[in-house]
Amino acid sequence: MSDTKETTGLSRRQFLKGSGAAAAATALGTAAAPGALAAQAPAAQPVPGMGPAGVKITLQVNGRKMSSTVEPRVTLLDALRNYLDVTGCKRVCDRGTCGACTVLLDNKPVYACSMLALEAQGKEIRTAESLVQGAKLDAVPAAFVRFDAQQCGFCTPGFVVAMKAVLEQNPKATPAEVEKGLAGNICRCGTYEQMRDAIYSLCNTKRGS
Amino acid sequence: MKDIDYAAPKTIAEACAILNEKGDKARCLAGGTDIIVQVREHRRDIDVLVDIKHIPQVNALNYDPSKGLTIGAAVPCYRIYEHKEIARAYPGLIDAAALIGGIQIQSRASLGGNLCNASPAGDTIPPLIALEATCVIVGAGAMREVPVEKFCTAPGKTMLGRGEMLVQLKLPPPKPRSGAAYLRFIPRNEMDIAVVGAGVAVLLDDSKQRCSAARIALAAVAPTPLLVLEAGAALVDGALGDALIDKAASLAQAAAKPISDMRGTAEYRKHLVGVLVKRTLNIAIQRARTG
Repeated sequence: MSDTKETTGLSRRQFLKGSGAAAAATALGTAAAPGALAAQAPAAQPVPGMGPAGVKITLQVNGRKMSSTVEPRVTLLDALRNYLDVTGCKRVCDRGTCGACTVLLDNKPVYACSMLALEAQGKEIRTAESLVQGAKLDAVPAAFVRFDAQQCGFCTPGFVVAMKAVLEQNPKATPAEVEKGLAGNICRCGTYEQMRDAIYSLCNTKRGS
Repeated sequence: MKDIDYAAPKTIAEACAILNEKGDKARCLAGGTDIIVQVREHRRDIDVLVDIKHIPQVNALNYDPSKGLTIGAAVPCYRIYEHKEIARAYPGLIDAAALIGGIQIQSRASLGGNLCNASPAGDTIPPLIALEATCVIVGAGAMREVPVEKFCTAPGKTMLGRGEMLVQLKLPPPKPRSGAAYLRFIPRNEMDIAVVGAGVAVLLDDSKQRCSAARIALAAVAPTPLLVLEAGAALVDGALGDALIDKAASLAQAAAKPISDMRGTAEYRKHLVGVLVKRTLNIAIQRARTG
């Protein structure tokens, strides 16, 4: 993966230039008649690909529009960290197994290392940074602090984002349900016991009950 | 990562045109949880990723109790298991869709992608085979439909020809008194690759004491996911019980041709086939009786 640095690029000019690409990449969710499948296939021209040179993109990150120029091979994780200076998501395994890069994409937890930045256009991206509003810490990271649920802390942003996703989708989630939502995250320091304390506190449940 | 092109066609025809032009150097991008890692690690040599998520048919998920289920090739797992009607109608498929990877993988990964990745250990493939799913393939102005068990041809390889893409998976409607299940063995609970996987589907007769049809499919015990017809056939026309289930499990074990690798020895895998086939059959029969 190229580690070419780019400017953060948040000027109005760049934003306006980038937003066209975002509009072109709006996801379609509509159903279509399956019967028309074959009729579609004949004789289309290949659509022009983007890249391998840089492409202007605009991403919606933690409520802000951020623009930059990235090569198509740049993952969402590297775009956030190396191009947009949003460093809450961490690069650890870089192969979709550890969970340190977890971000919310349209409210769903995803591995930012396993998707291209281009794919994230038009979607709402939230990182661990979104869990601090001014001086106020969201309940999930606050519980991590209270129960000392980290050691080196490198996996923590991924854990809090994954945990936030479960509790946001189901505020009444049980500790077991929250734990299931963390199945895709790993803590090499092994602070799971303290995390369990944090989870039980967030679920208003007494441990061992 | 190697520098690549990215294309985001909006129609099947446009996607097929790129796939036809670039041949093996182009690959469809759905959830990307396998292909992006493979390109980065130089396990697949790709010049262009064709993002198919902007094609409406590929994103569509439709269920009709009389017509069955149609799953667009890029529909992520969570959309399938969060769909209450589908979850009720196809619990055997949900077993796999809700267990593959972790939550973050399930937010992106699709059944179509799992199939096109053609891993011998693909978790969603045995239940798709057991449930008689078919692949809708479009390319070069033609459409063909093939059973899932024919789709993978070797590790990482499929029957897709130049310019062809997998558009949808189709599952027949669940019959009354039918049940299915999928289990895999891994040393931890999540984020691992199956040492062995077993997907089964059974159809019981009116008495619910006999089986009138059964299909048993295995993962990670052959170069491709395996449909063991003779093991399913053994369940038909005898009184359902431990003896019959044991017989089906031994036939499945006999058909398994596993290798030894870091996840387990061939002998261990053979043993697991027996265990998992018995367990999945018991779950599927229970579901057929109570469903």
